[in-house]
Amino acid sequence: MTTDALKTASKHLVVILIGLAMTYPLAWMLVSAVRDEPDIFTSPGLWPVGDDLANFVEGWDSAGLPFSRYLVNSSLIALGAIVGNLVSCSMAAYAFARLRFRGRRVFFGIMLLTIMLPIHVVIVPQYVIFSQLGWVNTFWPLIVPKLLATDAFFVFLMVQFIRGIPRELDEAARIDGAGFFRIYAQILLPLMRPALVTTTIFTFIWTWNDFFTQLIYLTDPAMFSTSVALRSLVDSTSASSWGPLFAMSVVSLVPVFVVFLLGQKYIVQGIATTGGK
Amino acid sequence: MSALGELRTLRKQEKSQVLSEAARKEERAAYLFLVPWLAGLVLITAGPMVASLYVSLTDYNLLQPPEFLGLDNYVQMLDDERLLNSLGVTFAYVFVSVPLQLAAALGIAVVLNRGMRGLAFYRSVYYLPSLLGGSVAVAVLWRRLFGADGLVNQGLALLGVHDAPAWVADPDTALGTLVVLNVWTFGAPMVIFLAGLRQVPVSLYEAAAVDGAGRWARFARITLPMITPIIFFNVVLQIIHAFQAFTQAFIVSGGTGGPSDATMFFTLYLYQTGFGNFQMGYASAMAWVLLVIVAAFTAINFWASRFWVFYDD
Repeated sequence: MTTDALKTASKHLVVILIGLAMTYPLAWMLVSAVRDEPDIFTSPGLWPVGDDLANFVEGWDSAGLPFSRYLVNSSLIALGAIVGNLVSCSMAAYAFARLRFRGRRVFFGIMLLTIMLPIHVVIVPQYVIFSQLGWVNTFWPLIVPKLLATDAFFVFLMVQFIRGIPRELDEAARIDGAGFFRIYAQILLPLMRPALVTTTIFTFIWTWNDFFTQLIYLTDPAMFSTSVALRSLVDSTSASSWGPLFAMSVVSLVPVFVVFLLGQKYIVQGIATTGGK
Repeated sequence: MSALGELRTLRKQEKSQVLSEAARKEERAAYLFLVPWLAGLVLITAGPMVASLYVSLTDYNLLQPPEFLGLDNYVQMLDDERLLNSLGVTFAYVFVSVPLQLAAALGIAVVLNRGMRGLAFYRSVYYLPSLLGGSVAVAVLWRRLFGADGLVNQGLALLGVHDAPAWVADPDTALGTLVVLNVWTFGAPMVIFLAGLRQVPVSLYEAAAVDGAGRWARFARITLPMITPIIFFNVVLQIIHAFQAFTQAFIVSGGTGGPSDATMFFTLYLYQTGFGNFQMGYASAMAWVLLVIVAAFTAINFWASRFWVFYDD
């Protein structure tokens, strides 16, 4: 009995210690953001030495434009990507999961293959197309692909989810005279809520964190997303001004952290269900 | 009598006609629902792939029309020291960081799985780094943590180690810091492992316990074989993922892939070639090499899975 209790306690201790070690860098960045400059690198401790928000005030304007501008830009990109993924992926998923048509197996196979396609293979011609359209330094190159269901991962996730919804529901609705669009919009979409929420959360976080495509398409500082702005801040930062840089790094992570806290349940379900199958 | 029979056949015919009409309707509806995806496939994926294959056979700088070279770009790669080095760096990164990351993920998942109280809380704490790890902000943090006067070396100094390397500025250790960053994000595969571990029937462990199997034997003989499909899934996914790593190396090295190209990932060299020097033909050829490598690894994984992955259904 006591050895059991000891075992449990030691297990918890190990798990807690590893957890602390893993979150320590993040905590250190957080307190460094509110520290006075000379103290940042002399103290590995987590006690905020200089407790003012000067770094935030200074950092806010040090990337050329007010940092709020970049936050708004990133939000607009993420919003467009979310709407695009929700609409286009759920439509494709409905067709793949429920409707019979010629070429279904082939198309489904192609869809699965595109999940593992490195973006590098298509980025050069895509860049040529979007620049011919005059879309470089707009958000369109980052949003339009989402409107066209190119995030096949979410199509797959939704197909898996729809397969778990009883077919009898569709059939009953058909007997009652509902068309395919009504079945999709009024029966399946409401039932797919968990899959749609998961898609929303992951699209938000991945778009917010995205760097490669945003770096390529957004070169005008007025159009910078948060990650591209942060990068330009790194480049212009002299060795002595890490405080403002850390402050803005923290600011850039806040939305991801908030979404993580709100959507934990769905995040775990999302990776577990797509991964488990 | 015959009239009735005729009516029946007529009705049958009508019914089959109605059915095929319904099937046609369903097909039309399916294609309507697939319009966005089909358009994306043609305009964003397949079309650009074909174009990219063509561009890879040319010299193209975006301004002048592409000049056809044949396989020159591919042949040139064999003599490109920086490219071969970037391949080496990428392979080293994948081969070291993926096994370490998955081992950490599996180890922690097994510990957390056994009726651990507060599982949801621990799971969240361990998962958080995976969500943030790909961001520019965390790459910035890493650059600072592993700087010459960074937190890691301060910690080492407290322990009495004063001749520690400059980590990100030292060609011997720079790549290692990126490996650490990738291992740190083991939370995503861990959550998948946890879901898989939950599927292992408890009755198997009970039977094994009756037979007197110890902890290690139960893990090796029951847990591991039962979750081989999950291990396989994670291996495939994380390898594909690791081959495409970019942000971390870009930020930590200030976009240079330095020191001495020690963190010049293949993707980073591709970016510099295409969007730094506007050698779009060469960059496209590199992209195809990347695709072939990723596809080959995935194919090898699927082939090898026959020998070690067990499906019970």
